[in-house]
Amino acid sequence: MEARLDVRRKSDLLAAALPARQQATRTQAPSLNRKPRIGESVIQALLMFCGAVSVVTTVAIVIILGREALPFFSTGAATLGVSIPEFLGKFFTGTQWQPQGALFGVLPLVLATVITSLIAMLVAVPLGLAAAIYLSEYASPNVRATLKPILEILAGVPTVVYGFFALQTVSPALRDMLGRDIVQFQNMLSAGLIMGFMILPTISSISEDALSAVPRSLREASYGLSANRFETTIKVVVPAALSGIVAATILGISRAVGETMIVALAAGSGPNLDFNPLHAAETMTGHIVRISTGELSYNSIDYNSLFAIGLLLFVITLGLNLISRAITNRYREVY
Amino acid sequence: MAAQVTYMPDDAGYRKQLAARQNAGYRWQLFFLGATLVGLVVLVVLLLSILNQTFGLIAVRQKIDPATLTNGRAMTELSAVELSDILETNLSKGKLQGAFLTLVTGTDIDRGKLGTEPLGDLLPTLVFAEGLGAKKFTELTPEDLGQIIADNTSQDVLVNYVNREVVGREVLQNWSLIDSLFNRAAIEQLVKDKAEGKGFSNTLTAAQLDEQKAAFASAHLEMHSWLSGEFLNEPNSTVASDAGIRGGLIGTLWVISLTMLFATPLGVGAAIYLEEYAKDGIFARNAFLKRVNAIIETNIRNLAGVPSIIYGLLGLALFARLLLPLTSGAIFGVENGRGNTILSASLTLALLILPVIIINAQEAIRAVPRSIREGSYGMGATKWQTVSRQVLPAAIPGIMTGIILSLSRAVGETAPLVVIGAAVFLSKDPNGPFQPFTTLPIQIFNWTEQPSDQFRAAAAAGIIVLLAMLLVLNASAIILRQRFSRRLQG
Repeated sequence: MEARLDVRRKSDLLAAALPARQQATRTQAPSLNRKPRIGESVIQALLMFCGAVSVVTTVAIVIILGREALPFFSTGAATLGVSIPEFLGKFFTGTQWQPQGALFGVLPLVLATVITSLIAMLVAVPLGLAAAIYLSEYASPNVRATLKPILEILAGVPTVVYGFFALQTVSPALRDMLGRDIVQFQNMLSAGLIMGFMILPTISSISEDALSAVPRSLREASYGLSANRFETTIKVVVPAALSGIVAATILGISRAVGETMIVALAAGSGPNLDFNPLHAAETMTGHIVRISTGELSYNSIDYNSLFAIGLLLFVITLGLNLISRAITNRYREVY
Repeated sequence: MAAQVTYMPDDAGYRKQLAARQNAGYRWQLFFLGATLVGLVVLVVLLLSILNQTFGLIAVRQKIDPATLTNGRAMTELSAVELSDILETNLSKGKLQGAFLTLVTGTDIDRGKLGTEPLGDLLPTLVFAEGLGAKKFTELTPEDLGQIIADNTSQDVLVNYVNREVVGREVLQNWSLIDSLFNRAAIEQLVKDKAEGKGFSNTLTAAQLDEQKAAFASAHLEMHSWLSGEFLNEPNSTVASDAGIRGGLIGTLWVISLTMLFATPLGVGAAIYLEEYAKDGIFARNAFLKRVNAIIETNIRNLAGVPSIIYGLLGLALFARLLLPLTSGAIFGVENGRGNTILSASLTLALLILPVIIINAQEAIRAVPRSIREGSYGMGATKWQTVSRQVLPAAIPGIMTGIILSLSRAVGETAPLVVIGAAVFLSKDPNGPFQPFTTLPIQIFNWTEQPSDQFRAAAAAGIIVLLAMLLVLNASAIILRQRFSRRLQG
């Protein structure tokens, strides 16, 4: 406002100073003042709305999960005749899950999730890290350009296809190898193994980025001290890239925890507190799928229990993702 | 004299140690290469095992040899009239009436009226030969029934019906391709044994056992591909050998088209906002708006890591239940009362792939050189003129690549759709956004869950179709990307 007043005063001054003829030409010259453009503002507002949709989605997830899970905790507590904090204690420590039968222990589902994820990480971390090391430190650009996309295909295969593979090929093969009495038809091992291969590209590609970001000078200094390529990689490059590798691993765990179709098909279809990976047990995600494929009444405790499990799942995966990002940001070596 | 230790390079100990270090290096290099190739091996085994289950021998039972029905001609060569003659001569009147109800009237008809009203009034859309329209259903002779069936049914539908009802074609058992090729003798022996009553589980009753024995006794083996033209074109069925993916394919097309319709403008708009608007002007000066933009940016990264099943729960509670009037189509005058419709599914998938589209579009927009924007501003263009006429055209190949990649993710997505409540069995093809839905991955999931080996083979055939679709999508993304990089270089 002030600036505009200033200009007006200046033009008044000029007007007074200039002869009449020149003044006439001046009034015809275009105004260079900023014009209000309504169209531009509308478009800007629309684009801002698009950006806001993602925030709304997050808020909606939190509100909806909370809103629909709340009846589970309140009616659950009422059924058992305890307060909600006490009920939460039973929820996290109970060893049997059957909301219809007043058994509210989420532990069997959590345990199965932990076991399948652990198996997946036992496959994905060593193989993914080794693949990342090979692609970043050993492979020629041509080999890299061929192998990397092939590895990425593994992440693009729909998970229902992996589920079919785990159930119909891997599980029968395991049963033939180890014995039909020992390995159950659905088992956590086959689901975990295949999940590991699904996550492998995630780990290898993020780890590879971290390894490639280690500056050349570090490697050259190591060669200068007569270390060979393997020693340089293990003792210099990998430690320098460790934060990226850890972040990749945590992200991989979060993927494994949230993965659904593989475990829904191959891990088991019934909550079962069992530490043996050769037995069937249902994970949190698998349980959500199985319950929602049946006739699900919107007013049942089963319906609300899905959201309680979903909320737990959301908190776990969000936490893991945040930790992964924090590690990347905080411990990133700056060279 | 004190022991002298030399570290000279010609020392034997040194050379031994050097060799050991080098060997360790080679061994580990092999391990690293091996680990990289394991992924490739798994991929190959996966594809082979699916092919292995898609093709193979089947044991087929037939009550009558089709050649005796058709005087040696192939069933598919016969006309509709000849086929309905076969039905007339081989089926009892009651079964013929059943055929009439299945083939001609469909299931929508009010059966109570069939005995009381003339057919011509009841079914005005059908073709009736002279005089038949005035008769009531109960008055029809077998000849009349055959006539109406022949006039109102297509030839290929009749072929299937004759095969099922007269020939009694039924797949008893199926084997994988590897077994079929290398173990054929054992399979033939197994069928012979079963014809004699051996090798059945002992839970069968005597009557069931006799029926199975008779079935296997009349069975013959034939090579079968579960992936076929009929498989693509038939609706789902409770009989695996008749089941097809038509409903799933149409459902996938509907859901994905709507998903793209919702997600593309929102995703690209958000990317433009974050890259072009959020970094300067009032957004750079105002601390609060700066903070808001930082939150949006972090939030998108976080959303990309939320498991897809959580989106399914969101869709179930928000779209299928809370927004029921919208998603069931009630506010548009459609009455079906269900919230788990194609619209709910595509809204959910749109939210799911939004972060992927935004992140990819942001990268594409960021890759447009600053000089292009400055040139445009220099010519006096406004912000939106610059964005819409300069930046977007330059970034469009990159944005398209991102959209296609997110599309291929949406095509294969199963879990959230199952949670929203996909229909297991569709009685008719979906033809609008307010219809119940199924998609190809959901059909694969349902068939995989079935205990029968035959549905497993159908699921494998469905997987081949799904993978082929994804291959086409990803190949087009790669081609786009290559063109894009060439354009930037040239």
